Formats: sequence, structure tokens, C-alpha cells
Amino acid sequence: MTENHELQPQQTKRDFLRVILGGSLLAWLGTVIYPILSYLKPPAQAEAEVSSVKVGKLSAIEKDSGTLFRFGSKPVILLRSASGELRAYSATCTHLDCTVQYRKDFGLIWCACHNGKYDVNGRNVSGPPPRPLDEFKVIVQGEEVFISKKS
Amino acid sequence: MKPTLKKIYDWVNERVELDNLIEFMGKKYVPVHRHSVWYYFGGVSLFLFIIQVVTGILLLMYYKGSEDLAFESIQFLMSKVQFGWLIRSIHSWAANLFILTAMIHMFSVFFEKSYRKPREITWLTGMLMFFLAMGFGFSGYLLPWNELAFFATKVGTDIAGVLPLIGKPIMIFLRGGEEVTGATLSRFFGFHVAVFPGIFTVLLGVHLLLVQRQGMSEPMSFENTPAGERKTMPFFPNFLLRDLLLWLIVLNLLAILAVFFPWELGKKADAFAAAPAGIKPEWYFLFMFQSLKYIPGKLWIFDGEVLGILLFGVAGLLWMMVPFWDSKSARGEKNKFITYLGLFVVFYIIIFTIIGWIS
Ligand code: HEM
Ligand code: FES
Repeated sequence: MTENHELQPQQTKRDFLRVILGGSLLAWLGTVIYPILSYLKPPAQAEAEVSSVKVGKLSAIEKDSGTLFRFGSKPVILLRSASGELRAYSATCTHLDCTVQYRKDFGLIWCACHNGKYDVNGRNVSGPPPRPLDEFKVIVQGEEVFISKKS
Repeated sequence: MKPTLKKIYDWVNERVELDNLIEFMGKKYVPVHRHSVWYYFGGVSLFLFIIQVVTGILLLMYYKGSEDLAFESIQFLMSKVQFGWLIRSIHSWAANLFILTAMIHMFSVFFEKSYRKPREITWLTGMLMFFLAMGFGFSGYLLPWNELAFFATKVGTDIAGVLPLIGKPIMIFLRGGEEVTGATLSRFFGFHVAVFPGIFTVLLGVHLLLVQRQGMSEPMSFENTPAGERKTMPFFPNFLLRDLLLWLIVLNLLAILAVFFPWELGKKADAFAAAPAGIKPEWYFLFMFQSLKYIPGKLWIFDGEVLGILLFGVAGLLWMMVPFWDSKSARGEKNKFITYLGLFVVFYIIIFTIIGWIS
């Protein structure tokens, strides 16, 4: 008992030091690691929010074709059916991010990466793609064709 | 030794005790038995890594790691720089051979159960180096910034991104943003020529030091062989000389491959062009990639792809931890299960790689 009594102040002193030292070590690690982690996180680019893109003259777009256009930082595919109807979809495959293309021979939108297929309405019809392609709005003003985000 | 050489040797020896070092190296014996050939694959992997360091540094003299210049700099290297095509071709071929020989080395260690106590750390460092080798391959593949590499990287990093919770941050960390861009190239370049070589060298140092200190593991069959009948050969110089001969053969093989099957460059990556047909990961990722195709999109409430990736993750972890759960081999008993497991894995990888290759 008496021994224990003598030890007590020692023990609490030791615990106290341990907490202080351990705590400072953690704090120190934090001050080193936090800036590094933040540094590695790519800053959000102030990308001009694109809402509509002019893709060219209607007469320049062939019938039964699909063409890729740049929409901000992303590709968009503009389809023109044999009857002349225009449709636009995001060209980023919903499977693993490849860029799709129009295949005249299938009459379908095709992704070369894993043989994914979408019909001309952007619906995933075969292969691995889990979702349809996002649709864009096509606006024709006189001769000019514009693509814009669906609101 | 020639007198002048002897003088230099003595001068150095007096200061840093070379004699000890040579004795340290000479103490090792290589067991001689039916499966001795497999011992050479570690050494060949080491040789190929050295080739990668040398040719990699040579490539660095001309390579420019940016979206606008990477492809052009390799084009310049291949068409204008004397032997530029050869250096690049060797680096590309040796990368593939390196992974192949490291794989063979790993499986031979696995089947011999040489990972058992006391060599767990040697196995662990080896496995980490193997994962790093795959990282080297994945990051290096993007560096020429061509079409195939661009889409392969998109797909590869997107696969990481499908994991719940941690997937997205990992993908953004790897890509340096939401998309594969010049930022991705900068990061991969940094990993490929600085981060990975640094870590790899430390692991390799520990790995080799341990092999040297603990000596070669003896096959389990030696335990039933009387001490007098256990055949061995001194590492230095007998085994080393055979090693060197084999290195020479590998170098010739490499030269033949590099010269007669020069590595292609292809078309420059274009983020706004459709993906070309024939996008495939490098062959050593193919078996996993092919397996993912057979998992249905939805399994009950789980996403099939996520499940597949987690499954491979767990399998890889179990494989790496084998010294800690194979207690039978550690006690020196035969463990048939491990042998069958190893065979299963070998056949699985071979079959799925072939299917992936021809499909
Ligand atoms: C310190 C070591 C290394 C350095 C400094 C280095 C450097 C480089 C450089 C500058 C390139 C771009 C040139 C090009 O693409 O042709 C490259 C490409 C590449 N590296 Fe490395 N490398 C090293 C080690 C490795 C290792 C160990 C591997 C093993 C897997 C590897 C695999 C590759 C691959 C597959 C490519 C792409 C080749 C191509 O398609 O052109 N590298 N490396
Ligand atoms: S990325 Fe389009 S099918 Fe896989």
C-alpha cells in the first residue's frame, strides 16, 4: 500500500508526459501530412461553364452520320439520321469513360473499348454500358446548328 | 591480381574492410536439386530492372513529360536520335520481360514454400516490388501519350473510380483532376521516374540483404535427406557465373526482340476523337480485366464490377499474406492445399489471359 502511494505521483507525472509527448507528435504529424494531402488534391479549375456550342452549318452535316464535337472539356456526338433528324448525346461511354462513335453499318452508337452499343436514341442496348447516354438539346436557327445542355 | 590492382584493392581494403564483404558474399550456398532452374529467375529479374534503370535514364535525356510535347518528343527520339528507336524498344520489351520473370520468380517461391519462417519479410518485400512493377508498367504506358495509352488509362483509372467511397478520391488523385489530361501525364511521369524507382530501390535493398543474410532456403525435401547428400553449390563464384551467362543470353534475346519487333508509337492521343478498336490493357492486367467481363452487371443489390474488383483485392492480399496463414509449411509439414491453390492461380491466369488476348 505504502509503495503504491509513493508511486502514484510518479505515475501521473509519467502519464501526463506521455499524453503531452504523444499529443505533440500527433499534432506535428498533422501539420506535415495535412499540407501534403491538400497539395495532392488538384485544385478546381475555374472552367468557363459552357451552356451552348455552335457546331456549324446544317448543310455541312451529312445525313446518316455521327460527328464528335467539343463541348467545354467533354466530347458530344451529333447524329443526323437518314431522314435528316438531328440528335445529340454525351459521347462519354457510361461504362468506363471511353469515347463512343457512330457506326453506319450498324446504325448504332458504338463504343470500341468493350463493344458497348447504344441505339440512336442513346439507349444502351447491348454490351456492358449500364446507363443511356445523357442527351443534349439541338437547336437549329436558320442555317446554324447549336448544341446545348438539357435543362 | 596484377600488382597495381592489388595495390588499389589493399588501399581500399585497409579502410573499408573489403575482405569481410567478400566473405559475407561467399558464405551463401545454392541448393542443387530437381527444381534448381527456378532459382535463376530472381537474378534475371534483377538484371532486367537494371536495364530499365539504364534505358529509362537514357530516355529521360529526350523525353518531355507534357500533353503538348510528350508524343512529339518520342517521335523525335525515334526518327532523329541515333539508336533512339532501339533504346525505346528495349525499355518497352524489357518492361514486359521483367514482369514475366518476376512473376515466374514469385510462383517458384510460392510452390517451394520458401516464404515460410524465417523468410516472411523477403516474401513481403518481393510482393510489394511486384505490385510496384505493375505500377511501373501502368504509368509508363501512358507516357508516350498515344491513343491506345490514353484510353487504356481512362478505363484503368475509371475502374478504380467505381469502388464505393474511396474510389472517387483515388481516381481524382491518380488523374490529377476529373478527366485524363496533361495533369494525369505529369503525375504518372512523376510516379514512373521518381516515386516508384525510389521505393523500389529500398525494397530491393532489403530483399537482397535478407537473401544474403539468411542464405537460400532449402527445399522441404532436404529435411528427409541426410546432411551428407544435400547437394549445394557456392553462390560465389559458381552460381554467380552461371547467373552472368544467363544474363548474357537474356540480353541477346532482348536485343533480338527489340530489333525485329520494334515498339510502335501509334497516333497521338486526342481527347475529342472516338476510342479506336483494340483497346486492351497490357497483358499482365488482362486476366483481371477479362474476368470482370464475366461478372453480371448486377449481383443481387451489388454492382458486379465493384464486387469483382474487391474480390481481386482480397485475393491479392491473401496471396501476399500467405506466410502468415500457411502454418503447416511453417512447421515443416507438406501443405498440398498451397500447391493446388498455386496451380489453380497459374492456370486461371494463363487461361483468362489467352481468352482476353484472342477475344
Ligand atoms: C528508374 C527507372 C525508370 C526510368 C527512369 C524510366 C523512364 C521512362 C521514360 C522516360 C519513359 C517514356 C519514354 C517512352 O515512352 O518510350 C518510359 C516509358 C515506359 N517505361 Fe519506364 N522507366 C524506368 C523504369 C521502368 C520499369 C521498372 C518498368 C517496368 C515495368 C518500366 C516500364 C515502362 C513502359 C511500359 C513504358 C512505355 C514504353 C512506351 O510505350 O514507349 N519503366 N520510362
Ligand atoms: S468504356 Fe464503353 S463499353 Fe466499356
